[in-house]
Amino acid sequence: MNSLNAIVLIPFFSALLLGLIYLVNPSKDRFSLYAGVGVLAPLLSAILVLMVGWDMMHQPEETVFHSKLFEWINLGEMDISVAFMVDRLSVVMLSFITFVGTAIHVYAVGYMKGDPGFGKFMSFFNLFMGSMLLLILADNPIIMFIGWELVGLCSYLLIGFYYKDPANVKAANKAFILNRIGDFGFIMALALLFLALEGNGYTFAAIEANLSMVDLSLLSLIGILLFVGAMGKSAQLPLYVWLPDAMAGPTPVSALIHAATMVTAGVYMVARFAFLYNEIPQVGEFIAIIGVTTALFAAVIAIYQNDIKKILAYSTMSQLGYMFVAVGLGAYSSGIFHVFTHAFFKALLFMGAGAVILALHHEQNIFKMGGLRKHLKLVYITMFIATLAISGIPPFAGFFSKDAILASAFASEHYVIWGIGTLTALLTAFYMFRMLFIVFFGDEDNKSKLEPLSKTITYPLVVLAFGSATAGFLGVNEAYGGDNLFSSFLALPDKALHLSHSSEYMLGALNVLMGLIGMGLAYKLFALNPKEPTGDSLWQRLAINKFYVDEVYEALLVQPLLQMSLFFDKVIDQKLFDGVVNYSVYGYRHAGSLFAQLQNGKVRYYALYIMIGVSMISLFMLTVIGGL
Amino acid sequence: MISEVLTPEPFFMLATLLFSIGLIGLISRRNLFVVYMSIELMLSSVNLVLVVFSRLRGDMGGSVMVLLMIAVIAAEAALFLAMIIQLVRSRRSVDSDDFAQLRQTKEQL
Repeated sequence: MNSLNAIVLIPFFSALLLGLIYLVNPSKDRFSLYAGVGVLAPLLSAILVLMVGWDMMHQPEETVFHSKLFEWINLGEMDISVAFMVDRLSVVMLSFITFVGTAIHVYAVGYMKGDPGFGKFMSFFNLFMGSMLLLILADNPIIMFIGWELVGLCSYLLIGFYYKDPANVKAANKAFILNRIGDFGFIMALALLFLALEGNGYTFAAIEANLSMVDLSLLSLIGILLFVGAMGKSAQLPLYVWLPDAMAGPTPVSALIHAATMVTAGVYMVARFAFLYNEIPQVGEFIAIIGVTTALFAAVIAIYQNDIKKILAYSTMSQLGYMFVAVGLGAYSSGIFHVFTHAFFKALLFMGAGAVILALHHEQNIFKMGGLRKHLKLVYITMFIATLAISGIPPFAGFFSKDAILASAFASEHYVIWGIGTLTALLTAFYMFRMLFIVFFGDEDNKSKLEPLSKTITYPLVVLAFGSATAGFLGVNEAYGGDNLFSSFLALPDKALHLSHSSEYMLGALNVLMGLIGMGLAYKLFALNPKEPTGDSLWQRLAINKFYVDEVYEALLVQPLLQMSLFFDKVIDQKLFDGVVNYSVYGYRHAGSLFAQLQNGKVRYYALYIMIGVSMISLFMLTVIGGL
Repeated sequence: MISEVLTPEPFFMLATLLFSIGLIGLISRRNLFVVYMSIELMLSSVNLVLVVFSRLRGDMGGSVMVLLMIAVIAAEAALFLAMIIQLVRSRRSVDSDDFAQLRQTKEQL
């Protein structure tokens, strides 16, 4: 399967090519070259993925395609190759990443046109696509980890794309450093796993085959550490604080990396290690609890935000929480299904938000918008579809996936998780429609000076709106007359759950009701006369300031670390270590100048020294050697 | 035999005395000629010891070697005096402390 290699390598090569061309002459305007090459690479990958997916569909469900690029490390029993594998889970991930990725690349061409760093941007974007595909296609966890790190790097590079503003650089650093904390968990888990398997498993298949060698308590630790990695990458409590700040990057970056693809890598990783997490359901429950807490927490914060991209960032966090509920409770297909549908509508929401921001000359405060319904008709319609999808209104995509997650939580008798999830669904509908109504309804005050939007910006919106509207039909379950195409295609080791059709209808109806209540509340409060939250009450102040989590981290973690570093720098290093070294240097210098006085150039002193030397040697020979 | 009448100790005492005088002269005096004479004195004391040992062992090789050394010392004297003349010409001085260019100066420290 050489096409597997090509899927990963094409974006890498094009990133290299674009980067080199850009570096030759950064200031030269080569818009069509950059745009052409930059969009062609993900498009080619997408076509190849379609071909692989077509092959896969006609094979039995346990079929895995392998492809080995080259042998990397082969030392004794340690045998690690840069190899790719594709199974049904990877095909699903690949398909939406390349499809949505291509759409966002096209959008980015329109959005970033005229930016002096356009070539650099497209190079980074392609590099990200390559890294993400590497992560998904990896045959062993080491290669996956390399992809994992590379997407983190691209995220860092792209968040800090407008590096002249120190705030953006700070946000990029924050994202990078918080991801390192998660990555530490990931790599510790891999090390423990490899040690416990005693060299019997480096690829996913081998790890699965030899998993019984690891005892359960160690396996739990490995599971938790792996999830720490996922927490960092997928912005779960408590490592989520980087994601809202990551909105400092250009909007296509937020759409591609921080909504559709990279942040779902954690969910993918847990689903990839499904065989491991099935052994340790108590860790799975822990994951689900973290997930649902994050979902609620982010939804509450999102209600009080006024920056359009921050609202979407918190809503991404919240949806990621849902996905972790699903994979934590063993409903891997539902989790991946939500990843799949979420990629469409969240990318669309971000791109729509980007279009609004661009049209309003980089205004991000929703309370300074309003009445855009008539002037940005296409953006309004597409974003309306996406908002319906995320709010779980049938028949749009989000309904089916969110319903599947909540149904699995209900069926596995985790009623608290289910309850919080359902409440969060209401909040989701509320804050999403709040944003939509404030931006597109209300009075019109800033109409005349709208920036016109190019076709490369609006066409991808339509494509993704189509996806948001229809992607859900892939996973319609039996209760709604479908045959659950998605999860039967995925063939993941899901836990078997039984739920009668009547309770399924009840849950579905409840979800729709929640969505409609949220929508209605939002309409009543914000459609006609929106007011910016003022922070009168304690609760509002807490929520507007994101529960002061950043400040708490600053006070509890950053400041002590900074003070400790300063202490080690100024006291331990400069006083203690430098002191000792400087003092001994002083001693040597002093002794040196003392002895240098002996060398006074006067020949009679030299004669004396010679005589003293000869006398010493003679004395030594007489007493020690001669035995006098 | 002389050895029956004369013990070697007085000779050694004399040699030590000569060597010590030479050494003190070498170290304490600054006149180049005196320094040179002190060196000669030390050499002579060593020669004396060699001759005494030669006699003690009844091996005339040592005495022959001393004669050869005296010849070498004479040649060395010619060389030494020529060098002193050169030094005096360059500095108009016979004080050994005036020739101290090899010392480490304060700037070099």
